[in-house]
Amino acid sequence: MSGPLILQPVLFHLLLSVLMLFLWRQPRYHRGISAVGSALSTLFALALWYRVEASGWVVLQAGQWPAPFGISLVADSFSATLVVLASVAGLAVSLYAGRAIGMARVRFGFFPVFHFLMMGINGAFLTGDIFNLYVWFEILIISSFVLLTLGGEKRQIQGGVKYFTLNVLASVIFLTAIAVLYGLTGALNMADLALKMDALDNRTLVRISGLVFLTGFGIKAALFPLYFWLPASYHTPPSAVSALFAGLLTKVGVYAIFRIFTLLYPKDFFIDSLLLALSVGSIVVGTLGAWREDDLRRTFSWLIIAHIGFILGALALRDARTLSGGVFYLFHDIIVKTGLFLCAGVILRITGTASIKASGGVMEALPRWSLVLAIPLFALAGIPPLSGFWPKVSLLAGSADQGAWVYAGALLAGSLATLWVTARVWSGVFWKAPPSGMEVKEPLVTAGRDRALLWPVLMLALVSLGMGLFPEPVQSLADRISTGLMDREGYIRAVLPTLSMQ
Amino acid sequence: MNKLILRTASRYLLPLLLLFAVFILLRGHYLPGGGFVGGLVAAIAFVLHAFAHGLRTTRHLLRIHPGYLMPAGLALAIGSGLLPVLARGRPFLTGIWHPEPLAVIGGIGTPLFFDLGVFLVVIGASLTILFTISETR
Repeated sequence: MSGPLILQPVLFHLLLSVLMLFLWRQPRYHRGISAVGSALSTLFALALWYRVEASGWVVLQAGQWPAPFGISLVADSFSATLVVLASVAGLAVSLYAGRAIGMARVRFGFFPVFHFLMMGINGAFLTGDIFNLYVWFEILIISSFVLLTLGGEKRQIQGGVKYFTLNVLASVIFLTAIAVLYGLTGALNMADLALKMDALDNRTLVRISGLVFLTGFGIKAALFPLYFWLPASYHTPPSAVSALFAGLLTKVGVYAIFRIFTLLYPKDFFIDSLLLALSVGSIVVGTLGAWREDDLRRTFSWLIIAHIGFILGALALRDARTLSGGVFYLFHDIIVKTGLFLCAGVILRITGTASIKASGGVMEALPRWSLVLAIPLFALAGIPPLSGFWPKVSLLAGSADQGAWVYAGALLAGSLATLWVTARVWSGVFWKAPPSGMEVKEPLVTAGRDRALLWPVLMLALVSLGMGLFPEPVQSLADRISTGLMDREGYIRAVLPTLSMQ
Repeated sequence: MNKLILRTASRYLLPLLLLFAVFILLRGHYLPGGGFVGGLVAAIAFVLHAFAHGLRTTRHLLRIHPGYLMPAGLALAIGSGLLPVLARGRPFLTGIWHPEPLAVIGGIGTPLFFDLGVFLVVIGASLTILFTISETR
């Protein structure tokens, strides 16, 4: 009975949404349902993770159709861990949104759409069918577009149009690549595709299809040079929504690149060099963008782009050690970026301004909680006891071993720039005395119901701190995942048990 | 525009179109058709009725707000997918069929109820959209 366990991350969120749609006229229940439901789904995700750790694989063939014909749901350690992290981030966002999202947005279905989005994210992590992956991406785009524009402010619509146009374009490109592969092999199941693509003679066409995939997923993951929709849109919605997007949405694109380019396009010099160049480009533009930005959430948005470059560069080197650093960095990034945008939401409530220059005095307003808010900020910079430090060590050591000096240099420069940016945010927002004329809304947060906004941040900060203080289990998990990713046979055998590799 | 013809015609067209929608829904398992197209045809039937008799009459005819058809259809579709898991311990969405086909309707099984769920969601979604648009005009 492994079936229900792998279904829960997907179906449970759908059931929550359906329940809330039935209660459309009673929106006051939505917050409670969402919080309890997110907590339960985190437990389910952990149960799935334990099962995967015990048995290696959990595979479900939907409708009892055997693998190449039906749709498979596949959970390996990589998928299962990402589902757990997504659930934790989702729980934090749900708790935060319960306080921060106004009743007007709740009445127009914020929480049902939020759970549709979580369903899409988990579905994309778990599917073993490439067309099904496309369908999950569509669910992601539609629900994220609703969340992005819900409320209908002018700048939300402006950001939303850019976001939607580029992402729909990316979906079309992704679909084109699927069509090419289907035309070449007649297969859609990823394990089946991996086998059939090896047997193809027309390597040029295979390589071109890989580039088309890279373009499609590159837009979704905000990879250089098609990143510009991200800083244009992520700072426009309420912070709870930005946090979800920053922590999870771009990471789904990264996951897709990891999965497709390890399974279908193993070690291709041309594609790997291109991916490496694009990653270095992302690091450069991301840090340059963050360097000159004054808006708090836009600064963090630029840093997302830079750190996507860190992660994908690790894949491009095709080396188990570097890749495990990249996987670890991905885990750290999901938790920390979500926490960071929630922090930004709290800071915006205290100072009332998005500009770093015009704000200040947070330390004075919240002396103790500032330390909690600082954890995601400094974990991002990779200051040693926090979670960003360890993956950077693996990334640097691995890339130095490979002789990838450009990437290693970009990694170092990017880390230093991130440190500089976080120091600027720290001194500008926390240390600096508030400029005259600005009133610090301290009682708004420290007293009353807004205090609850700080708990989800604390939760994510503790997860990050835990990953930083006890890095060994995470590192060994990342090592296992990266060897699993490099060795495609295990995945193919798990999905297609009847076929033996030649 | 002379509404008399439209009114008279729509009175007869509504049941006919709904019947046609059900026909498309039922034939959809092996032949072209199914819940999605059937739902669209059914929604068109109600939209035509609303053009002829006004939105209020159609809303009255429907009794419930079309928005509630969406969760109802989703719940039905999920339920028909979960039934094989809960009842037989088979994978999600496995088709369970009644051993003998019924007259007129044909084979009855969980895929039919899944399609019925899609049917309801499509009616609910398209009517909600169209009613909202025509209300704010």
